[in-house]
Amino acid sequence: MTTAETYVTAAYCAVFAVVLLYVVIIALKLQRLEHEVDELEQRESKAEDDERETIAVG
Amino acid sequence: MVSVHRSHRVSLPALATASLVLVTLALALVFFVVPNDADQGFSQRIFYFHVSIAFTAYACFAGGAWKALVHLWKRDPRADLESYVAVHQGVIFGALVLITGSIWAKISWGHWWLWSEDQLVLFLVLFLFYCAYFMLRYSVDAGPQRANFSAVYALFGVVLIPVSFLAIRIAKSFIHPVVFTRSGPNFGGWMLAAYCVAQAALLVLAYTLYRLELSGKRLDARLRELRLA
Repeated sequence: MTTAETYVTAAYCAVFAVVLLYVVIIALKLQRLEHEVDELEQRESKAEDDERETIAVG
Repeated sequence: MVSVHRSHRVSLPALATASLVLVTLALALVFFVVPNDADQGFSQRIFYFHVSIAFTAYACFAGGAWKALVHLWKRDPRADLESYVAVHQGVIFGALVLITGSIWAKISWGHWWLWSEDQLVLFLVLFLFYCAYFMLRYSVDAGPQRANFSAVYALFGVVLIPVSFLAIRIAKSFIHPVVFTRSGPNFGGWMLAAYCVAQAALLVLAYTLYRLELSGKRLDARLRELRLA
């Protein structure tokens, strides 16, 4: 590989690496948000169950 | 409760597919079709992505400024978020311009950076100006005041775009090449085709990443509202 080829490869690899890193960061963030949505859903269904139990006893 | 949701005509998977196809096509043209440059040889191939990324960064900063203006004009909270994401994209593409430009400078001029070059220094000033946007934004509590400060700052920065772009045209001595002149581009055939495809690929890629980040930010905002409700 010539010096010019090495530099050109380095430039294109840098672009690829930065875009990939950005996509990974966004993917991790979306994963965290999905987890938070699950937590909220669980909390809501638990609250509904508690409300149903209270009505049945009352 | 203030909604930050906005529907789009083109779906995110369609945009991602278009980005992948265009970037692959651009890379194929750059590495397998385009001939070596008579002056710079193989290293000139950095040009196709370096210049396309630079114009994409300008477009992102201009888009951010436009959304900032919309926010100040209509007091639309969606425009504030869109302005922030566009500026963020601009900073990412701006960093890529500096990285690819430095690599190209090293092989062509023998230096990673030249402080005597107006084009380089003005682009660095533009990049640092928009980096400081985030310092300003996160130093103020979330709310209308932060949105207004950010919008005014993003609008001021847009002045630097034409200055940065025109720097090599108004400088008396320079070594940075001028490719686009008043009489048109200084290249043709496959080189021009490769550049056009690379430019389209980078613009579509930037828009895809913009939409991806925006959807994450909106989801985050909606979750915060749900937790408070």
